[in-house]
Amino acid sequence: MDIVINNLTKTYGPQKAVDGISFNVKTGEILGFLGPNGAGKTTTMKILTNYIKATSGEVTIDGKLVSENADELKKHIGYLPEHNPLYLEMPIMDYLWFCAELQGVHKSNIPGRMGEMIRLCGLNAEKHKKIGELSKGYRQRVGIAQAMIHDPQILILDEPTTGLDPNQIVEIRELIKKLGEEKTVILSTHILPEVEATCDRILIINNGKIVADGTSATLRKQAQGSEVLQVRIEDGQLDAVFQGLQQLYSTEVVDIKNREKQLFEIQSVKEVSSAKEIFKLCVKNGWTLLEMTPLETKLEDIFRDLTLN
Amino acid sequence: MNAIWTIAKKELSTFFDSLVAYFLLTIFLFLCGLFTWFILSDVFLTNQASLRTFFFWAGVLLMVFIPAITMGMLAEEKNTGTIELLLTKSVSDRQVVIGKFVACFLLVVIALAFTLPYYFTVAYLGNIDHGATICGYLGLILVSASYISLCLFASSITKSQIVAFLLGLVICFFLGFVFFFLSMQTNGLISEVFQTLSVRDHYESIARGVIDTKDLIYFLSLTTIGILLAEVSITNR
Repeated sequence: MDIVINNLTKTYGPQKAVDGISFNVKTGEILGFLGPNGAGKTTTMKILTNYIKATSGEVTIDGKLVSENADELKKHIGYLPEHNPLYLEMPIMDYLWFCAELQGVHKSNIPGRMGEMIRLCGLNAEKHKKIGELSKGYRQRVGIAQAMIHDPQILILDEPTTGLDPNQIVEIRELIKKLGEEKTVILSTHILPEVEATCDRILIINNGKIVADGTSATLRKQAQGSEVLQVRIEDGQLDAVFQGLQQLYSTEVVDIKNREKQLFEIQSVKEVSSAKEIFKLCVKNGWTLLEMTPLETKLEDIFRDLTLN
Repeated sequence: MNAIWTIAKKELSTFFDSLVAYFLLTIFLFLCGLFTWFILSDVFLTNQASLRTFFFWAGVLLMVFIPAITMGMLAEEKNTGTIELLLTKSVSDRQVVIGKFVACFLLVVIALAFTLPYYFTVAYLGNIDHGATICGYLGLILVSASYISLCLFASSITKSQIVAFLLGLVICFFLGFVFFFLSMQTNGLISEVFQTLSVRDHYESIARGVIDTKDLIYFLSLTTIGILLAEVSITNR
């Protein structure tokens, strides 16, 4: 099911939490929602699930307006809210049963779905405990299990991996990736490597506005524009090598990073790679090329660039 | 319909899992028994095979008992944030309120069912008016439905259970006592308005065995108003 968000705005008093954002998510796509605290991620997710109403703009799922067809559409959405609220006094099994029944899972299918969720989320050892007796990580697993119990077409997960241990994080990421092949997934997170590892597409929002939209590769290209190489060349005079590199047609900026190791950072002219020329230069002068590493702009840097001003 | 029953079932089982229900039921039955059989104008003092004392005191005790069972219904969900999870499931706001109403109502009906032995005992002791007794129970059930729905509204406008309890108590006392006293203090049209608003006259006439449409409409409209107000209040989030 495709989600189309059109010019969505939500104001709380004078403050605009979400400011005219528009984007689409297609079936089989995992969209990572990034942004600093208070950027409007959670507000957007609450509007998508029809928990709160937008001030203006519209959300359609499968061509139907969420605000008008909520009762029908909510059946197809699995939602994990921020802070993962749960009924602490309820046993896990009762809680999952309750959620399945509310989401309209047929009675004869509930035990099967529950078994599946308990296996997928690794809850087997704890399944007879009350939710209040569980640690934070296990509660998070219960939160994920209740979101997926009815096998929804759309998954909306607000920070799904908080409180999980590293092994569990990997498992949940794998699970989300697998689900994302057939379903529509939107997840928000603060953990940047997580977005890169799981999401097909990244959306960065800041102050309620979309500041970047694309795959991690396209975002990098946008931010960087030109290639940056770290190069180590020996068996030549530092100054001679430096000048040789600077005179190359394809290099824009050459920096000496470490004089003793003869380490350089070279930024190429836009859209051109300087790697071949550097190699040929070394061969011509009989220098030894010890290292040539392309430096990628980290997602962290892109994020900081886009959200700090 | 299914969703309403699912929610009601869950609330009831939470009641009985957490001992709250047992505690409240015990106190309610203890005090009902005390007032009916031992204190003030009890059955033995009036020397009549009638449960009128019981119906009076049960009505009074429900004013405290009902706010106590409804206080957490929506306030606690709002406080912990579970209401977000509940309302984003495939249920409407109204189904949630009605589901909670049904759970509380069933708990009150269970409490009242435990007082049936009083009826059998008095019937054994003397010649009881069966019709009036059945009407008395019907009256209690109608009063309870009104109190529950209005107390649910009280629970829907705050995040604090204590505030919800006190607010529910105030609502019940206004309907049960204050309007009646105001109608005694005033006269003319104002007095009549207060009298109509007060539960007392409607309840007493049903408890006497007179089932008037006017009284039924009174209780059913209070119940509907409470449920609708609670729904509006959780829809405005």
